[in-house]
Parts: sequence; C-alpha cells; structure tokens
Amino acid sequence: MSSTALDTAALKQQFPLLQREINGTRLVYLDSANTSQKPAVVIDTMTNFLRNSYAPINRSAYQLAAEATDAYEGARTKVQQFINARRAHEVVFTKNATEALNLVAHSWGRANLQAGDVVVLTHMEHHANIVPWHMLVAERGIVLRWVPLTADGQLDLTTLAQLLDGAKVFSFTAMSNVLGTITPVQQLCAAAHAAGALAIVDGCQYVPHNVTDVQAWGADFMAFSSHKMCGPSGVGVLYGREALLEAMPPFLGGGNMIADVRLDGFTTAELPAKFEAGTPPITEVVGLGAAVDFLIGLGMANVRQHEIEVAGYALRTLTSRFGDDITLHGPTDTSVRGATFSLAFRGIHPHDLSQVLDQTNVCVRAGHHCAKPLMRLMGVAATARASFYLYNDTDDVDALADALDGASAIFGF
Amino acid sequence: MAGLEDLYREIILDHHRNPRNRGELPPPAPHAVGHNPLCGDEIEVYLQVEDGRVTDIKVGGQGCSISQSSASMMSQAIKGKPVADVQALVRRFKGMMSIPDADGNEIEPDPEVKLGDLEALQGVVKYPVRIKCAILGWNTLLEALEQV
Ligand SMILES: Cc1ncc(COP(=O)(O)O)c(C=O)c1O
Repeated sequence: MSSTALDTAALKQQFPLLQREINGTRLVYLDSANTSQKPAVVIDTMTNFLRNSYAPINRSAYQLAAEATDAYEGARTKVQQFINARRAHEVVFTKNATEALNLVAHSWGRANLQAGDVVVLTHMEHHANIVPWHMLVAERGIVLRWVPLTADGQLDLTTLAQLLDGAKVFSFTAMSNVLGTITPVQQLCAAAHAAGALAIVDGCQYVPHNVTDVQAWGADFMAFSSHKMCGPSGVGVLYGREALLEAMPPFLGGGNMIADVRLDGFTTAELPAKFEAGTPPITEVVGLGAAVDFLIGLGMANVRQHEIEVAGYALRTLTSRFGDDITLHGPTDTSVRGATFSLAFRGIHPHDLSQVLDQTNVCVRAGHHCAKPLMRLMGVAATARASFYLYNDTDDVDALADALDGASAIFGF
Repeated sequence: MAGLEDLYREIILDHHRNPRNRGELPPPAPHAVGHNPLCGDEIEVYLQVEDGRVTDIKVGGQGCSISQSSASMMSQAIKGKPVADVQALVRRFKGMMSIPDADGNEIEPDPEVKLGDLEALQGVVKYPVRIKCAILGWNTLLEALEQV
C-alpha cells in the first residue's frame, strides 16, 4: 500500500463494517458515491443519544427535551461551520439532497418562475436536479437549457454566457456522480449572477470529499446528503441564503413550521423551522453532527489530497494493466476530478462485471446512476462505477484490478 | 471464481456471444419492447404467427449476458411451436425462476413441458437481482403475443 495524506490503515479500523469478511475475504467497498460507510463514532453517538438523551425537540419544557434540542441545534451549527454558511438558520434539515432540491424548485420555483422563464442545467446532472425542474416545465411552462460537455467529460463553457442570457436559475452539480468531474463552482456561480440568475449547487458528491465554502462560492442554494459523508441516511441539508429563505413560501405544512394557526389561516415560524415541518429525523441529525466532527478531525483538505492520490493511482494502475481494454469515463486530470470512476471493460456488461467482482467482495455499482440523460449522451445504457472514499487505499485499487482480471477469465479473454 | 459457474454456464456464455435469431421483422409483425429500469437492459421481440403457431421470432436490444442469453434461448425454444405450447413454456420458465403465478401461487413444474437448454438458467435463482434480467425477454414475448 502506498501512503497518502490519510492513514487509511488506521482509518479502516474505525469503520466496523469494513472489518467484515465475507467467505473469508475482506470487503472492498467501492460504492461510496452511492452511500458511504459509517465510522464507530457516528454509530456510537447515535446509540448514546437514543439511550440517554432522546426526546422531542422544540416542544417541551423538561430538561431532557432541552438536551435533545441542544444536540439537534448543535448539529446545525456544526454543519454551518463545515460549509461556512453565514448563519446557522441558513442550514435547513431535509430528508436528503433530493428533498432539498425539490424544496427549492417547489417553494422558490413556484413563487418566482412563470411560463417561458429559463432554467439552465447541465448534461451531467443527477435525476434529483432534473426531474423537479421537469415538473415545473409541465406545470408552469418554464424552459430548460443545458450546458453540454466536452469530450473528456467536463462542462463545455464556451456557450455558457448565451445559455445564461435571460435565465432565472442556473442549477448544477459541483461533482458528477458518474464521471467524477469537479466543476468550477465559483466561476459558475459568478456567471449565473452576472446574468441575473440564481446559482443552485448540487453538492451531494462534493461536500463529502472537499473543503466546502458556500460564501466563497457565492452559492444561493446548495444541497447535500448526510449518508454520503459518513453520516446516517434519512437526513439531508439545504443551505439557502437568508434573504432567499425568508422570502420563500414554506414547502411542507404542519407542526414546527408555524408561528400561529387559526381557523382562517396560519403564519410561518422563523427560519429554519419554517422549512422543517413535522418531527425531524432527530437522531440522524445528531449523527450527522458527529460525522461532521469526524470529517473536520481528518481535515477536508487531507481527504481531498488523499483522494487525488488514490484517483491518480487508479488511473495509472488500470490503464497500465488493461490498456485499451478499459475505458475510464471522465477527466484524466486529477485536479478536476474526484475518485469516482465509471468504467467499461472488454465489452462485459456492467451487470455481469459487478456480479463477478462481487465474488471477491469488490462492491461496485452497475446501472445508470440516476443520470439517464448523461448515459444516453455517452451512448451507453449502463456503466460499472467504482467510487473511492477516505477509507479506500491503493490496495483497494489493486483488488479492483485483480477482480477485473477474474472477470476476463470468466468471459473468455 | 468458485460459485459463479452455476450462473455463467458455458451454454449461457455461448448464447451471449452468439445470440440466435437476432434481428427485426417488418411491420405489421407483432412487436414489443421490454425494459429493465434497474440496469437499463432492453429486449425487443418480433413475432410471426401463422395458424396459431409461432413461425418466426426475432430478438433485438442490448443488455447483460443473462438477459440476452435468456432471450436468445427463448427464441430458439419457441420457434415453430404452437402458441399454446409457448404459453406453457413461459409458465414453466417463470416457475423455474421462482416467480409466482397471477394469483401469487407457486407454479408447479409441468413435467410435460421440456426446458432443454433453458435448464442452464436455473442457477440464476440463487442471484435474486438477476431474475429480472432472465425474465425480461419472456415478459416481452408475452406482450408481443397479446398483439397477435
Ligand atoms: C450528484 C447527486 N445529486 C443528488 C443525489 C441524490 O441524493 P439522495 O439520494 O441522497 O437524495 C445524488 C445521490 O446519488 C447525487 O449523486
């Protein structure tokens, strides 16, 4: 194993599930772009909270409820600092990134977009940043424009100014879950603003792997999910600039999001409760707080550096071992990509490939990765995707390469 | 690669490499397209049915070895057969894949219906995610038959 910016041998020890062996071989988990594994500290924090401090938040006067509320709001402050939001109440907890993006399209979109208004997306978006806008096309008659890609899977920005001309919204991913491409977020936000459009960032694949600074970006909204960043599933985050969140109508209606309810109407609560209707995933939010602490402890710059090294090793190893027999989609320059690789190998269908890789406990995802428009443009129905995270090391890259050799043997190459 | 021999039997790989009855039939041949939304597999089935008998079948589409070889073997098995026998074979095959009938009951194997090469797909049952792949062509066939 080559050493990198992180001590992965020690790190792996902190993830109970990665200790698991199946049929006597270790697990090589390469599906973190899908969802990440959880360190013991997150699991323990959630267990301790459930055992000792679990109670409703914001509703009751007793000591226990105050403790639970503190833990919940404490997690919000941790997230605020982690993404460098100006105010804690600019962090809204949702169910996941999908709900966060739907919240924006639904609440901000319905209040601000009319027939003919233009929303600009890119060809590498996840369905979560496409379908909510398609829904507004159907309902409102908004118009979608698309930023195309270059041959190596980066955004082709040559026509960006024209695409943004007259647009109301530019909503784009900070990192592609299929190609691994990292987009120039700050530049894209500036371009949106220069055109008078709102900049919405899908940070789902970026936030778990990089230093995130929504203020430096100039993002108006940013969405991400806890489960991809060592936290539990069931909670996501919408960051929104205070003025925008203040001006928007609420999303879901019910308890917690109101200031007053009368027979003839209601008034909304202050931020962020206004957008957190009903009982939230309390324990999961507390778990996300522990995940944020864990990541801060490692240092996100170190995580990024580690992944650059693993991605570089993967690119070198796979191309030197398999040459033209392997296609790694997306950029080859590790300064503009993360460690997520969609690959095609010797014409073996991704489904078959992932099945064979599973024989040696190498877990990769096969499918369209919730990015069907991109898959169509790539001219494939599916890819196999290996995605590396902070607990993966160069040994895992070698395990992937060995497993690919095994697939060659079965399919007769 | 212990274990996978059951899934990737030589005959399956052979049908995957050299799919039988590939192609299309011109309209108005009964035609259906089936998708497996999970993995993007796609199968197209074209039929020619004369006097209650499937006199020709062509298969198109693309996908994994299991979906493609299953459709290829299916095309071989049903070509020339009366529609009633084809329906019985579909039932038998679904039974082998542990798929219940319309009422949710287990399908008892009918000893009269011979599976032949299709037996090779038996190993798929151990990999529940792949049953959808194996069955895709068969469901598409049923859809095409409805147009007859
Ligand atoms: C780029 C991107 N956006 C959005 C999502 C949606 O995340 P979730 O399923 O957690 O809502 C994902 C998850 O796969 C993603 O990769």
